[in-house]
Amino acid sequence: MKQARPFTIINAQLVTSQGVVPGAIRCVDGTIAAIGADARALDGDEVIDARGKLVAPGLVDLGVFAVDKPAFHFGGITRAALMPDQSPPLDLPSRVGFIAKSGKPDLWVHPLAAATRGLEGTELAELALMQQAGARGIATGRRWIADSGVMLRLLQYAAMLDLVVVTHAEDAGLAGSAVATAGEIATRLGLPSAPAEAEDLAIARDIALAELAGAKLHFRQVTTAQGFELVRAAKARGVAVTCGITPAHFMLSDLATVDYRTFFRLSPPLRSEEDRQAARAAIADGTVDVIASGHDPRGPEDKRLPFADAAPGMAGAETLLAMILNLVRDGVIDTSRAFDLVARNPARLLGVPAGELAEGLEADIALIDPDAPWIIDRRKMEATADNTPFDRQGAQGRVLGLWKGGVKLGA
Amino acid sequence: MAFPHRDLTGIGQLERHEVLYLLHEAEQWVQLNRQRSKHTDLLSGLTIINAFFENSTRTLLSFEIAGKRLGADVVNMHAAQSSVKKGETLIDTAITLNAMRADAIVIRHGSSGATGLIADKVDCPVLNAGDGQHEHPTQALLDALTLRHALRERGENAEDFTGLNVVICGDILHSRVARSNILCLTVLGANVRVCAPPALMPAGVEAMGVSVFHRFDAALEGADVVMMLRLQSERMSGQFIPSAREYRHLYGLTTDRLALARPDALVMHPGPMNRGVEIDSEVADMAGRSLITRQVEMGVAIRMACLDILTREARGVEGWA
Repeated sequence: MKQARPFTIINAQLVTSQGVVPGAIRCVDGTIAAIGADARALDGDEVIDARGKLVAPGLVDLGVFAVDKPAFHFGGITRAALMPDQSPPLDLPSRVGFIAKSGKPDLWVHPLAAATRGLEGTELAELALMQQAGARGIATGRRWIADSGVMLRLLQYAAMLDLVVVTHAEDAGLAGSAVATAGEIATRLGLPSAPAEAEDLAIARDIALAELAGAKLHFRQVTTAQGFELVRAAKARGVAVTCGITPAHFMLSDLATVDYRTFFRLSPPLRSEEDRQAARAAIADGTVDVIASGHDPRGPEDKRLPFADAAPGMAGAETLLAMILNLVRDGVIDTSRAFDLVARNPARLLGVPAGELAEGLEADIALIDPDAPWIIDRRKMEATADNTPFDRQGAQGRVLGLWKGGVKLGA
Repeated sequence: MAFPHRDLTGIGQLERHEVLYLLHEAEQWVQLNRQRSKHTDLLSGLTIINAFFENSTRTLLSFEIAGKRLGADVVNMHAAQSSVKKGETLIDTAITLNAMRADAIVIRHGSSGATGLIADKVDCPVLNAGDGQHEHPTQALLDALTLRHALRERGENAEDFTGLNVVICGDILHSRVARSNILCLTVLGANVRVCAPPALMPAGVEAMGVSVFHRFDAALEGADVVMMLRLQSERMSGQFIPSAREYRHLYGLTTDRLALARPDALVMHPGPMNRGVEIDSEVADMAGRSLITRQVEMGVAIRMACLDILTREARGVEGWA
């Protein structure tokens, strides 16, 4: 579907990387033609009055586990980078090519190529061919690559292809079959646990290898105080390292697991309150580059089980926007940086021309009421499963309208 | 109401007075069990299902005897041979048991929190007979009852365990018995010391109000009670402990080591014992000091008390319905 007629959104608070500015945005033929205080609707344009609400770039969700269009659109997400942990895994060019086209036109899915065949962590997959087929990055999947030799060769190869490597940082030997972070809560609950240092160790190793290889490395989730410290220090010496987090780890701590609710079974597991505070500090000081939903819808067959037997993951696409707006209301970040975290930075890591409102870019636009109150209710979710850890919480911030390539969605 | 809980999923849910009430109620069943005719018709007509998803001989037998002595119809479900093996989920099994109109369900399961999960899905009281590494509440209660009897026989006031020094030694990390006993003994006022090699000591256990020891000899100093835990043989072959004989060298309760505790210190073990590993036979069989067979006796009485109390509402007992 192509944009049929030019439109202009007027009376908008435009979210740009320089700040939130009043003005209008005009879109023609699927791209942004004009933006700012001086932008005007021309004759023949459809004119949409934003009534002073936010107009922001469509969200770019880096690292989802399922393509779940209704949930993404509810959450203002117009592009999603899909993890290779599919069945079968995205370790062949044909599979990557299929996925790259799968969501168009109203959702663009950017496949992340499996780093190794079958995500086994031993043999490199056909990375260059998958890049040609549409892969925008490489991911190790839900697991860490335990063999340091394999990881180094992967990073060197990725550096040559100029693709980012998205890694999961949990030392496999320490993590074992743990489902909780070692500490008082896990001990009281009797859950298999691993020390938070399992993540720190993995981060330290991967930074050292990325530095050696000169590769772009992205930690999909950093969740420990020491982990943020390692990333902070690496950035300071100029290593091309970035890191992300999902709302669960800056909103919740392991205290949430006390009644064994499996919607709080996540990977990595929920951490201590100190780590949660460190995450908020790292978001505030710029150490964190990306906030993603980690969208991983899981039905009752995966979740209605004893805690340790349940699959990890949360359905997060619908609540991502409300959770970053929480950070804005709490004064952790401003609105402009919020959208850097959920749109501009992930788009840059993937190398796609999107994620911000600028002339010439694809017209992926969200009209947002940042204050609209609603109750997160798992029975009313758009996602294919209802596993939200934020069930029955109050939230603020709703998408009023969403455009992908200048075409209004759900209209 | 003296005991306002529908289920018994753990000691962690109980207040001090509720623990004391359960111990008090068990006394009548200790008396009954020592008579020739050990039967009442209190639970006549009720069905109790013992659903054991993990192998057990002693605990299952103890619950079965408890239910039968109270006059209930007791059915044992051995999940090892049941539909669970065919892929039926735990919750489907729970719904099935519920549809059979059980009046109480006793559950043992290998996953922490499994009992609570089932309790949410059924309409009758659920009793935890051990869930993963979480809790085994009737074991802690029977240990407390045993200890109380032993202390009383010595003429000591044993309303609670204030000031009593209790050492729990063994695989604390993987032990639900240790967790329930820590909760039960501390709520009754005891000073609890836990002793294990670092690899078998759970992180943050101090927050449960215990002192942590790695050296058994140091832990034993001034101890009034020594509770030994069973060490699974698969954990003694290099994964956690280099060998059984090395474990005995560091943590085996020998007569020499017992001498480091108070002269009249009592010895307990939840069974089954690895004789010659965590406990020597001379100690396990020491008359007047070892309470190990007494623990088994008290187990039946405690389980009778729990089944009686948890079914009072269904039986329409005055003040409970």
